[in-house]
Amino acid sequence: MPRLPSPIPPLAVTAHTATSAAGRGVAAFTRSLRERRGGLRANDFSSAPLECWIGRVDGLEQDAVPDAFAAIDCRNNRLAWKGLTADGFLDTARAAVRRYGADRVAVVLGTSTASIGATEEAYRQLGVDGGFAPPYRNFLLHSPHSLVAFVQGVLGTTGPACTVATACSSSAKVFAQAERLIRHGWADAAVVGGVDTLCDSVLFGFNALQLVSDAPCRPFDVARRGISIGEAAGFALLERGAVDRAAPQLLGWGESSDAHHMSSPHPQGLGARLAIDAALQRAGLEAAAVDYVNLHGTATPANDAVEAVVVAESFPAGTRASSTKGWTGHTLGAAGIVDAVACLIALEQGFIPGTLNCDVPDPLCGPQLAQDNVDRAPQVALSSSFGFGGNNAVLVFGRGDRA
Amino acid sequence: MSEVVVRVAGIGIYALGLTGWPVAAAALRGGDVPDPSEPPRPAPPLLPAVERRRAPDTVLYATQAAAEACAMAQADPATLPCIFSSTQGDIAITHYMCSTLATAPRELSPTKFHNSVHNAAAGYWGIATGCRAPSTAVSAWVHSFGSGLFEAAVQAADDAAPVLLVVYDAAAVGPLCTTIPFDCGFALALVLAPDGPATVGARLRLSAATTAGVASEPTLDWARALRARNACADSLALLQALAVGEPATLRIDAGPSFALVAQVMP
Repeated sequence: MPRLPSPIPPLAVTAHTATSAAGRGVAAFTRSLRERRGGLRANDFSSAPLECWIGRVDGLEQDAVPDAFAAIDCRNNRLAWKGLTADGFLDTARAAVRRYGADRVAVVLGTSTASIGATEEAYRQLGVDGGFAPPYRNFLLHSPHSLVAFVQGVLGTTGPACTVATACSSSAKVFAQAERLIRHGWADAAVVGGVDTLCDSVLFGFNALQLVSDAPCRPFDVARRGISIGEAAGFALLERGAVDRAAPQLLGWGESSDAHHMSSPHPQGLGARLAIDAALQRAGLEAAAVDYVNLHGTATPANDAVEAVVVAESFPAGTRASSTKGWTGHTLGAAGIVDAVACLIALEQGFIPGTLNCDVPDPLCGPQLAQDNVDRAPQVALSSSFGFGGNNAVLVFGRGDRA
Repeated sequence: MSEVVVRVAGIGIYALGLTGWPVAAAALRGGDVPDPSEPPRPAPPLLPAVERRRAPDTVLYATQAAAEACAMAQADPATLPCIFSSTQGDIAITHYMCSTLATAPRELSPTKFHNSVHNAAAGYWGIATGCRAPSTAVSAWVHSFGSGLFEAAVQAADDAAPVLLVVYDAAAVGPLCTTIPFDCGFALALVLAPDGPATVGARLRLSAATTAGVASEPTLDWARALRARNACADSLALLQALAVGEPATLRIDAGPSFALVAQVMP
């Protein structure tokens, strides 16, 4: 077993944004959460839509990326652009690049399928020679790194730039990787986050695994029948804590592996517990200090059963826990950043979102599960993300100027 | 500028004509030119027989190299955090997925789908070795070797404990051959340990390059030629320095505009 880690100095989250079916930007996401208005719709994506519900972002068919990036224009980078330009994030990040220098700002982004939708398109329109038609003959367009290449290009950075692709934990793990780079002196700031878009690979793939619900997902409900797949883009700017004490802070992170199964969680949630322990250790906090837990809560029977028990056993009765997947759908490689932004909204706006579509909680859930929104201002929020391959990541955030 | 110093405690490789570190090291020291024919499908010793039969080729290549590196380092794989880095992941599975989705999407195989994730090799490795340490799967397009090496060295320094780096890519297949220039498989693994009195292996000091320049090349024609056939062969300049065992300073690309200066001190 790995040694328990030492506490880390907090980082300031000096800007953050998320765009999903629950709205473009923080204000729209906050409104959806407060008004308990979810963004899921009956599946209208692809030529032969499966019967299910999806979290789709409107306008991606019309809004191309800037001309300079036409060679890697695809749904995923269009969503990245829509996400970057929300909440003034791009301007804030570019100002940080000017302030610190292009080589001192790292870009670490998560994605599960990146631009695979463009590869799927290329396969539907093969040329007479059986190869890709000319517009698709671009190596980078078909690489998982296409997202980071696009965002790095838009920001104009020359420092470390890396794609993390550990399925549904991807854009949580980016916080850990970026924190290490800053603490060890390789960067002064980092743009982290992730983007994943709807594509046939995930719709038909999760359907083949029988993990997709035919109705809007119902996290932690006794009658839950699986996930609703969504798409999202989210970003955060991390700087050293002293830069802005009033900004929300990244207090800790924990990573682990289940060593159990490619597509099912460890039955006792062993990996999840290891990641929670490591994150709290780095934050220098006890579980009792956590006011809000944003759960992975995908609404598959297996994930929620395991996670319900882990939360019931790991946190005191007063901690509130919820899944926000009912608003956004499961945005896969973007789930980590979307859930992180939900935590930051809870910390900044002073309320705890409940669990949309959870009418009758699974009896495995402890008293922590919040069905309705809770009018209480959390000081510390924790977010869990678990991916295929048994890949787990947990983040701990604190309110700015926390006592 | 920051720097990180690690020891290369173990090396594993499985590639065209380079079916293990002893063979590769001899060739990189100027011995016989490696056999240019595609090597047999590897049978990684740590993978259970049933997984060896059904795992994708990239998983076999990656875990073969990983097992060799762990054995050389005398490291218990169950304890090592791992960093898997790859440009494209399993191209054959991408081909299967996209061609099936284009013709008969409802017939998609659930097993192929969960094997299509970029962290499939990391997942299989962790399950086979019982490793609950953190694992990651990263990509930096054709700079995935340098980028993975960088992330692994930072993690080893951060943990003050050894980590496993595995870098792999496969040959392109089907229509993807028209855009992805890889035509052979290549997997490389390094066990990187923090520098200290108790650790063995060549010292590797990495710092960020501050001037423009071009990546170092291996001095052998066959090794330079491999670089055009699989991006993981970017590792051959470093591997040659490790094989020759003399001090060397190399430049390793870790991105389109981010390069490492690597000082090798045997």
